[in-house]
Amino acid sequence: MTELLNILLYIQIGLSGVCLYRIIRGPTIPDRMVGIDIFGILVVGICAIIAILTERSFILDIGIAWIILSFIGTLTLAKYLTGKKLNE
Amino acid sequence: MIAVILICIGVLFNIFGCIGLIRLPDVYNRLQSATKCVTLGCCSILLGAAFHFGIGDAFFKSLLAIPIIFFSSTVAAHALIHGAYHFGAKLDKRTVKDDYKDSVK
Amino acid sequence: MKYITLFILSLVFWLLLTFKLTLPNIIVGTVASGICALFFGRFFITNVYKLLQPQRYFWLLVYLVVFIWECIKANFDVAYRVLHPAMPIKPGIVKVKTTLNSELARTLLANSITMTPGTITVDIIGDNLFVHWIYVRSDNPDVYTRMITGKFEKYIKNIIE
Repeated sequence: MTELLNILLYIQIGLSGVCLYRIIRGPTIPDRMVGIDIFGILVVGICAIIAILTERSFILDIGIAWIILSFIGTLTLAKYLTGKKLNE
Repeated sequence: MIAVILICIGVLFNIFGCIGLIRLPDVYNRLQSATKCVTLGCCSILLGAAFHFGIGDAFFKSLLAIPIIFFSSTVAAHALIHGAYHFGAKLDKRTVKDDYKDSVK
Repeated sequence: MKYITLFILSLVFWLLLTFKLTLPNIIVGTVASGICALFFGRFFITNVYKLLQPQRYFWLLVYLVVFIWECIKANFDVAYRVLHPAMPIKPGIVKVKTTLNSELARTLLANSITMTPGTITVDIIGDNLFVHWIYVRSDNPDVYTRMITGKFEKYIKNIIE
């Protein structure tokens, strides 16, 4: 069971790598921001799996704080997108 | 046991979401697939964590994280798609209908 | 009145999140909830007595069951579109009219639309919601309005208004 959870943890970390690919290669700026948003949500899943593996519940607190900070960051980036045009 | 099954389902949904993030053609469709799949996948993982820990502090923390993750991801997706449209991101060439163009200047 | 309700709700949230009934914890929670209620109380719902009516909670449960079923359906829909070799997408932005009046009800409707199969809300102007749809199934406004908002509108009307 621990081996299965380890494999799932590595899959989840690989998925965040996929998001990093989208952040680096994204053709336009909104594509990169979608990558950042999805990356923030995936990290919460990683935190939950690590909390199960190590049997320590404080890691879930890190996940909750991370999702709130990521939410505020995404809102700020979206605000930046609204105020800027491509032809300026 | 049920915790591991829930976590497997969650990771499977996350994989679908990330394949969508790579394959789909423009920013709106990427946001659709990624937001839906990754949000439900992470909610499923947190539900699995709640089942694994049983009644206690970790149980309530996991269950409280589910509505937080849910509302924050939907509102963030809404803000991002609104910002992307005003930024001027192109719709894909297969798009058949755009009612929003007439209403915003 | 709404400041006091928000204070109590934040204090309960804090105590569930920390899950420790010691004196310093309760003092910190009281101060933090007081600051929250002071700053954000004026954005809270105006008629707090609606929180005490039990039939709204019954409709909330019915709504949650419908909503979770739609969520799971949405995921399989996205998985089908992503894994199909030819990617059967036909995206478009459509205009949908809503009959809900209050701000909170419209927010909840927009969030529900974002999680249902293939739709995501772009903007709300007046009474109209603009929805990005990954596969436009119909050209008739009445038909797609019923397909997008019809499932949730009656429950949300019972819950909030």
